[in-house]
Amino acid sequence: MRIAHIASNTFREAVRDRVLYNLIAFALLLSGAAILVGQISIEIEKLVVINLGLTAVSLFGVVIAIFIGIGLVSKEIEKRTLYTVLSRPVRRWEFIVGKFFGLAGTLVVNTFFMAIGVFAALFYVSHKFVRADALILVALYFIVLQFLIVCALALLFSSFSSPLLSAVFAFSLFVIGSFAEDLRNFAALAHGVSRWLATGAAYLVPNFSAFNVITSIAHEQPVAGQLILQNTLYAVFYAIMALSGAVLIFEYRDLK
Amino acid sequence: MTQRKKITIIASACLVLSLAASSFVLHRTDQLRPQATLDEVLLLSSPKVIKRASLGYDGLMACIYWTRAVQYFGYRHHYYATSYNLLAPLLEITTHLDPHLVVAYEFGTSFLAPKPPYGAGEPERAIELMNYGIQNNPDNWHLYYDLGFVYYMQLHDYKDAAETFERGSQIPNAHPFLKVLAAQMAQHAGEYETARMLWSATYQTTQDKQIKENAVEHLRALRVDEDVQQLQDAVTRFGVRTGRLPASMAELVAAEGLPGTPVDPDGHPYKLTPEGRVEVRVPDDFPFATKGLPPGYKPSPNFHSL
Repeated sequence: MRIAHIASNTFREAVRDRVLYNLIAFALLLSGAAILVGQISIEIEKLVVINLGLTAVSLFGVVIAIFIGIGLVSKEIEKRTLYTVLSRPVRRWEFIVGKFFGLAGTLVVNTFFMAIGVFAALFYVSHKFVRADALILVALYFIVLQFLIVCALALLFSSFSSPLLSAVFAFSLFVIGSFAEDLRNFAALAHGVSRWLATGAAYLVPNFSAFNVITSIAHEQPVAGQLILQNTLYAVFYAIMALSGAVLIFEYRDLK
Repeated sequence: MTQRKKITIIASACLVLSLAASSFVLHRTDQLRPQATLDEVLLLSSPKVIKRASLGYDGLMACIYWTRAVQYFGYRHHYYATSYNLLAPLLEITTHLDPHLVVAYEFGTSFLAPKPPYGAGEPERAIELMNYGIQNNPDNWHLYYDLGFVYYMQLHDYKDAAETFERGSQIPNAHPFLKVLAAQMAQHAGEYETARMLWSATYQTTQDKQIKENAVEHLRALRVDEDVQQLQDAVTRFGVRTGRLPASMAELVAAEGLPGTPVDPDGHPYKLTPEGRVEVRVPDDFPFATKGLPPGYKPSPNFHSL
């Protein structure tokens, strides 16, 4: 119950911070692309709407997750509101978990409205929906899973570092996570200690490449049910891992 | 007037004037450096590097590079360019980023293969591109058709064309005409009928308006080529028979017993020059015709011609 309260307050605070204004930029971007691309390119209107729409959903969300996530703890300390919260019967771990769910909820709502925009733009260029368009929902689901990981990581860094450094760490991990497959390939080619280190790093950093099915979905290629299940489990486990780290650090942090 | 209002007016005026001034200066600078903004620059030319840099959003990057390739081709084609140095690299980057972007192979080959001014005049690179497309989309019979088309039309390599059509015909759900084309290619390669069959097949199988228009233009040009060839043969026969050239088309028609004055696909009568050459009245109406054109005639490039 206390977690739900903190989560709803985090959500309200994000809305008050005009986070959802990004939807306007998103709508302009998508409608502009839907109208313009047909005139400057050949036969890729639908592909562009899907690729651009889902890429924008993903990037806008990651940016929001990082910029809001890194300030969730530090801002409360800076404004001294954290002390008011913790003086009530709220445990530190509940505060962290509540913040996580609040931010994740904000991103889910944001993604929901963006998804409506993507489908509207798709209808504008195709004049109809086909069965394969439902695959876009899978891509959106994977994007939301990606957000869960990024939110948890931003919170983890926010629990012990300054907002600027947290942003740098979170962005770096996002980029490294996008190259996770390359890191694994490098590990396979390395020998001895380097191999162990590279393999360890490959498993430690988040693997975002498995969540990116945008290109294949744009070509109406189905996604295996097994991948959906495994990505879900991976995102949940990874987010719990990062959140646990955040809870542990925050639990022992000297707030005086 | 309050101080705040004064500042608002002055600041607004400064903003508008400085924006106008900077735009004006930039415009003048562009005139000093024509082509500067459209210079042939490909800052990153390695498809692998670009794929990595796209952070997994390679589908969107492929769309961007494909649009860039279309714009590049369209711009250079419009300005009578005879070289298209960046076209092949742009297409390679596009297809490396998204190997399933079939449109890039289909249109890409028709940009690359034809001789300038209709294309880049690089049929070998078109074949490379299409082979990469087939490798990544082995179930798409359209790609085999397009590859066979390049072998036939640009390289006049009838053996490879027949082989490619044959390979394409073995794909499940392939259009039956691929089998026919393979056989036709083996027996009647180089004949007008075979070329007509290819362009007719293109017209029937594509959904794209521009490709349809292009196929119609080629079919019209084929008819002109065939008509002119037959009339030219008639002029030769007349010369052998009488020892002189026919004085007019009417004399040729009468001598050959033709049903009427021969006309081109637009209904204009063919003309016979005093030197005995058969020509079309309006060459610009048949940009792909190879016969019946005045000596030294150069067709004006048409953006829609693929």
